[in-house]
Amino acid sequence: MLKLASGLITGLVFGAGLALAGMTDPAVVLGFLDVAGAWNPALAFVMGGAVIVTFIGFRVLRGRRHPLLGTGFSWPTASAIDLRLVGGAAIFGIGWGLAGYCPGPAIASLAGGRIEVAIFVAAMVAGMIAARFISAAPASASPTSASPAALKR
Amino acid sequence: MTAEMIQSWSIALVGGVLIGAAAVWLMAAQGRIMGVSGILAGLLPPKPAGGGDRGWRIAFALGLIGGPLIVQAVTGASAIGAPVVSLPLLVVAGLLVGFGTVIGSGCTSGHGVCGLSRLSPRSLVATATFMVTGALTVLVVRHLI
Repeated sequence: MLKLASGLITGLVFGAGLALAGMTDPAVVLGFLDVAGAWNPALAFVMGGAVIVTFIGFRVLRGRRHPLLGTGFSWPTASAIDLRLVGGAAIFGIGWGLAGYCPGPAIASLAGGRIEVAIFVAAMVAGMIAARFISAAPASASPTSASPAALKR
Repeated sequence: MTAEMIQSWSIALVGGVLIGAAAVWLMAAQGRIMGVSGILAGLLPPKPAGGGDRGWRIAFALGLIGGPLIVQAVTGASAIGAPVVSLPLLVVAGLLVGFGTVIGSGCTSGHGVCGLSRLSPRSLVATATFMVTGALTVLVVRHLI
């Protein structure tokens, strides 16, 4: 129950932040990415503000043994900089540049009640499912060797 | 710099601070990285081993939709813009965003906010990559085609 409330609060604060930041307006997002045109740098302030707060907050939390509502912190452990990471990020960036939606703002924009946004989110979910099946494929072929990766995901 | 520009920058900064506060809260309370693509993808098939954390992921997504509605109720201004491209392009873009974020293990929140805050070289590379391909895509679509 507490985890549900915590998840809801996280989403509400995050969603409110995205809306204030202008991230829920694809015209603003594309204006930020349009460095060769009428560049709108406001989103750099969004990123800057978010990173500064998170940097300080994470530093404070680093010394803690366990989170308020759980047994351990899931700090990411992956460190590989490989084709998968760069290729995935590159594909995401192309989609982001085409429509001006990344996953958080896309979900948050569902609040506007526009059917086009719902269609974007449906396509995004389809893309996620496709990638998950591709990622999981080796696990079914050799369960023992691939299970740690499957667990991490 | 006009007063209007300063105002939009400062509001953007407040938005960023809230995004950071949400990321710190999720780690403090549940020990989780606030990566939207990861949280969302965890709800989708094929199911990973373990599971049992669908509830808060769904609550998070509902909150994400509720946040802009609160901003709208408080400020009276519509916080949500309209899509700017055609429906077929939205579908293509959606597929690329969903596919890319799962393959690349993150998006603007997970790599961009949480990863950069942890000074993760992996997230720095991912963030630089999607910023560059995003900007190049806009360059091609808006100025070269």
